[in-house]
Amino acid sequence: MATASATQERAAELNILSRKQRSLWGDAVYRLFRNKAAVAGLIVIGTAFLIAILAPFLAPYSPIEIPKNPASQMEPLWTGSKYTDSRYLLGTDFLGRDIVSRLIFASRISMVVGFIPTAIVFGLGVTVGMTAGFFGGWLDQLLMRFTDIIYAFPDFLFLLIIVASFRASPFGKLLDGLMLIFVAIAIVGWVGVARLTRGQVLALKEREFVEAARSIGATPRRIMAKHLLPNALAPLIVTAAFAVPNAILGEATLSFLGVGIIPPTPSWGQMINEGFPLFAANPWAVLLPAICISIVMLSFTFVGDGLRDALDPRMKT
Amino acid sequence: MLKYTIRRLLLMIPTLFFVALITFALAKAAPGSPFDKNPDKPPKQEIVDRWNKFYGLDKPVPEQFVMYMNNVLHLDFGTSIRRQRPVSEILGQGFPVTAQLGIQALILALAVALPLGVISALRQNTMVDYGSLFFATVGTTIPSFVMAIFFIYIFALGLHLFPITGWGTPQHMVMPTVILALGAAAFLARITRASMLEAIRQDYVRTARSKGLREQVVIVGHVLKNAMIPVATVVGPAAAGLITGSFIIETFFSVPGIGREYVLSITALDYPVIMATTLLYAFFIVVANLSVDLVYGMLDPRIKVAK
Repeated sequence: MATASATQERAAELNILSRKQRSLWGDAVYRLFRNKAAVAGLIVIGTAFLIAILAPFLAPYSPIEIPKNPASQMEPLWTGSKYTDSRYLLGTDFLGRDIVSRLIFASRISMVVGFIPTAIVFGLGVTVGMTAGFFGGWLDQLLMRFTDIIYAFPDFLFLLIIVASFRASPFGKLLDGLMLIFVAIAIVGWVGVARLTRGQVLALKEREFVEAARSIGATPRRIMAKHLLPNALAPLIVTAAFAVPNAILGEATLSFLGVGIIPPTPSWGQMINEGFPLFAANPWAVLLPAICISIVMLSFTFVGDGLRDALDPRMKT
Repeated sequence: MLKYTIRRLLLMIPTLFFVALITFALAKAAPGSPFDKNPDKPPKQEIVDRWNKFYGLDKPVPEQFVMYMNNVLHLDFGTSIRRQRPVSEILGQGFPVTAQLGIQALILALAVALPLGVISALRQNTMVDYGSLFFATVGTTIPSFVMAIFFIYIFALGLHLFPITGWGTPQHMVMPTVILALGAAAFLARITRASMLEAIRQDYVRTARSKGLREQVVIVGHVLKNAMIPVATVVGPAAAGLITGSFIIETFFSVPGIGREYVLSITALDYPVIMATTLLYAFFIVVANLSVDLVYGMLDPRIKVAK
């Protein structure tokens, strides 16, 4: 790594006077885009997003309808086995549905399930954590006791109990079970964010700049929004970057166990669940969604690692 | 220290109580009954009534909870609805299997992670380091059941080295143990490396070197000793991760432990098994967290345990 050109680049980077002035955040973005793994991850995630949005135009067949003369359990064309069908590039599942189309539509679930619960978790967690950390008192006590209880539950176990309990209710059937998964992931996740925010606020509120803001008569609300939040943002962004793949993992695992997305709607975990009993006969129906999950998860991790190094080089491990 | 330990032990009681309460409330909020799992042959109403009476399900929910907690205090965990056997018997059979799987995985994880983390820190920015970082990233990122699919495809279907499912012989244990250990190993290797790098840069290491100690003595006696403190504290969370991981792995490989029992009982609304298993899991996690805090206090004299 430490080649001559890298050294020169580093020297140019350090030569502050000769380069364009950048803000703190601009600096972080610059560092993020210097990280090749993170950029590759961003490209993959962007592509996955496009595929999810354009799914109806990209998928050659319906992901749900069973064809009239189904050719089920077809293998991908490249395997060259006699169980292939030139119409189906990646083969078909046990009901004869096109795997390409199912994989494409399944990307929608993963993309949505990654971001919506994370948004809820951060909205709720940051608000509660900030209020508890800033004002202390009973809310703080309540939050801390509550986190103690939640911490005794393994995350996934809690998720599983919530989803299994409400699956048969009308709420559990909303949006093919997606609604329940959103809410369950949010319930399980917000406490950790609240605790993190609280810790940040407790450390920051004793600092001079908060005292200065207070002395010129800033309201608590203004102090929280303009002084505490921006300073606590870096670790929160990093946590959010890792919360997204965690949520995707949660959905995939629930669907794999058969308590996630309600069939026939495809999700990658769901496809593994359906294909697994026939794994030995048609391994690609299981391997392909597994590969999709792996690629997306790795991409998010690369971006998360990149963000962490970019936002706070001291945190680098 | 003793006072602190006692206080923490007492705090476990309300925590476990609330875990029981939340689980009970959620399980009761579930629509449907454990007796209507076969839609083709719904049982006669009078039989359902008799079952409800037997399991105490005809009483109001708060009363059921009080009754349940009272029984638990007398170590009576009820009877499984799905299996028609005492819960203590089911858990008694499954627990040794889960414990064996978990302990094997933890030992394997530590045996891989510690040397890997130490070596990659000592050879920072070499191929060894990049290789182990890559292993750590992949190991913590790829979900265990996805990893299990790749393992089965390569080692069971491709090379016919191991059987796919089951438990009992050493061959059966290899894949579940390795896959369960993988996530923990990757996580521990990452922490070990970071902690070693932190310790290597400390002033006392420079002092040790400058007074002419051999490199080996510096590394083992000064760096390693201090670097292991943060690692020891994350073994607890790693063990908790193994517990959570075990029920996915057990379901996947049909290992007859309590993890698989738990997943099956959740879909069958088998309340007594759900409750007992959740409490057991929560108990282990609380104990793991507590022992980490206590061990931390013992390993690092700089940390003064409050009061």
